[in-house]
Amino acid sequence: MRLLVGLLMAMVISALAVVYTKYRSRMLFAEIQRLEQELDVYELEWGQLQLEQNTWAEHSRIERLARTRLGMTLPDRAAIIYLKP
Amino acid sequence: MIIIARPPVSDDSEFASRWRFLLLAIMAGMVALVLRAVDLQVLNRHFLQLKGDQRHLGVVSVPAHRGRILDRNGELLAISTTVQSIWVNPKEFQVSPRDMKNLADALGMAVKEIQLRTADDGRSFVYLKRRMSPELADQAMALHLPGVHAAREFRRYYPTGEVAAHLIGFNNIDDRGQEGMELAYNDWLKGVPGAKKIVRDGRGRIIEDLDNLRLPMPGKDLTLSIDQRLQYLAYRELKKAVLQHRAKSGSLVLLDARNGEALAVVNQPSFNPNSRLKMNGNASRNRAITDVFEPGSTIKPFGVACALELGLVRPESQFDTNPGQMHVGHNVVKDVHNYGVLDVSHILQKSSNVGMTKIVMNLPSSKFWAFYNNLGFGQPLETGFPGEANGRLSDHQGWNAFEQATLSFGYGLSSSLLQLGRAYSALANEGVMPMVALLKRDKPAETHRIMSVKTANTVRTMLESVVTREGTAIKAAVPGFRIAGKTGTVKKTGARGYEESVYMSLFAGMAPASKPRLVMVVMIDEPSAGEYYGGAVAAPVFSSVMEGALRLLNIMPDQENGTGADDGPRDGAI
Repeated sequence: MRLLVGLLMAMVISALAVVYTKYRSRMLFAEIQRLEQELDVYELEWGQLQLEQNTWAEHSRIERLARTRLGMTLPDRAAIIYLKP
Repeated sequence: MIIIARPPVSDDSEFASRWRFLLLAIMAGMVALVLRAVDLQVLNRHFLQLKGDQRHLGVVSVPAHRGRILDRNGELLAISTTVQSIWVNPKEFQVSPRDMKNLADALGMAVKEIQLRTADDGRSFVYLKRRMSPELADQAMALHLPGVHAAREFRRYYPTGEVAAHLIGFNNIDDRGQEGMELAYNDWLKGVPGAKKIVRDGRGRIIEDLDNLRLPMPGKDLTLSIDQRLQYLAYRELKKAVLQHRAKSGSLVLLDARNGEALAVVNQPSFNPNSRLKMNGNASRNRAITDVFEPGSTIKPFGVACALELGLVRPESQFDTNPGQMHVGHNVVKDVHNYGVLDVSHILQKSSNVGMTKIVMNLPSSKFWAFYNNLGFGQPLETGFPGEANGRLSDHQGWNAFEQATLSFGYGLSSSLLQLGRAYSALANEGVMPMVALLKRDKPAETHRIMSVKTANTVRTMLESVVTREGTAIKAAVPGFRIAGKTGTVKKTGARGYEESVYMSLFAGMAPASKPRLVMVVMIDEPSAGEYYGGAVAAPVFSSVMEGALRLLNIMPDQENGTGADDGPRDGAI
């Protein structure tokens, strides 16, 4: 009889444990999903920032700015001194 | 008065039979219920479970990123960014005219068009608008209309636009490679969508994510061998030359002489891969790799190299090219002028067809053929680029004397620009020819020894004399650097053989000539603004691109004083 009660108790406890772990896993999965969505948003932003950086760093633009705004020119051949190792 | 008396005995037995009947009926009912319960719970359990799950559980795919395409320094050439596509389930789509108007405004579509697309009740999936920016799609979804859904997709952006369009290629609307490297390496680049299990409510909305069935596998990045800075520079200079000479098209390839990696592959005309509405096959072809032509005089150094290698000619051997033409079989080989007696170096410098004919006449055809064959003429490039051309080199068994002569000055065989560049890298690299690559290599290139170090260096020194005042290509000179190269002016074939005054201008060369690092081949097709000589049309492009490339790659000048070209500042390169 005592054995039976003991087994019954054990069964109830294990059933509750199953319910609890299932609940925990659902909660954790929801958390993963939330974080993944957040990651998606960041990835989207990253992609757009990469594109933006590329647009600003476009060679033709840099060259134009260097020539017009900064007044830069290519140095003369004569003005370049090469240091040989 | 009638007295109805109760029948005395028969009552009990009659009730008893009714009682039994009732009991049996109830028992039968119970058995039926139990059997049905067993049937549902045990026998049909899977089927019913499935039906239940079908109404609430679902599997949706999780889109995966396509890999990026980068240049050799990690600069961005192609990237996928997230966009939203709005789709509708016409079975669920019932909205008031006012909501319809709002939706149409949010999508930037006409109400009529939406009605037309959603009219078919038999379908449960209709795209309304694909590839919207996420912000605009969010506005449309904020209306919360029944049956309107958003799906995440990717759109490919090419920040460099037309500059590298031919090499990179493009994708179709479903993000699958259609051209160029996007097609060639589609399997490498593409992402594999994942899948996850979800729970839906009665209206089919996703209320909970249950489980990941398969994680999405993002595509891998692809690193090309090109250098975006050189690609841009080459594209700009080529475009300028094509416009200036009113040419039909033009191509340029720049190779790293030591390992065969392509640093720039540009073509004109080009197209914008971000918006391909006005695109056609003429603009989208990567001519440098897929088109073949007769290489003309640019092939002469190889005829000389073959003769030197076989020991049949010495650098100081003299050839009499008087009177500027000669008969070979029934045909005549002509020079532009009568150059008189020339040594080998001057035959290349003046680009004498008669001199070349005399050099190769004595070569055994099989050896001559094998030499060209080893240089990769008629042989695949093995870059994996879709539509890559092999060119053609006919078998030596059918050659007659005239055919052998024409091969020495570049007619009777065809080659792509990249193949010609590969052959030149053998001269640049002391006789060892590396296989070309369009991807950045992580291991040493496969190489083939074509000729001895001595032969390669001798021919290279001869080619330096071409880029002088006496040679054909003074315009290819780069101040501070020794340049070796060869011009080509090729008559084009039409429907009736070689046509008058339709030319292709070529220049192939390398720098710095003392120890070449770069090999470049420029081709301008049908220049029609007057000039057509390779030295006048293609050589200036070589000069300006090479000057910029040498500086960008920090290559040390190997010449103390100028070649005679102006040393003043140029506005060539960035």
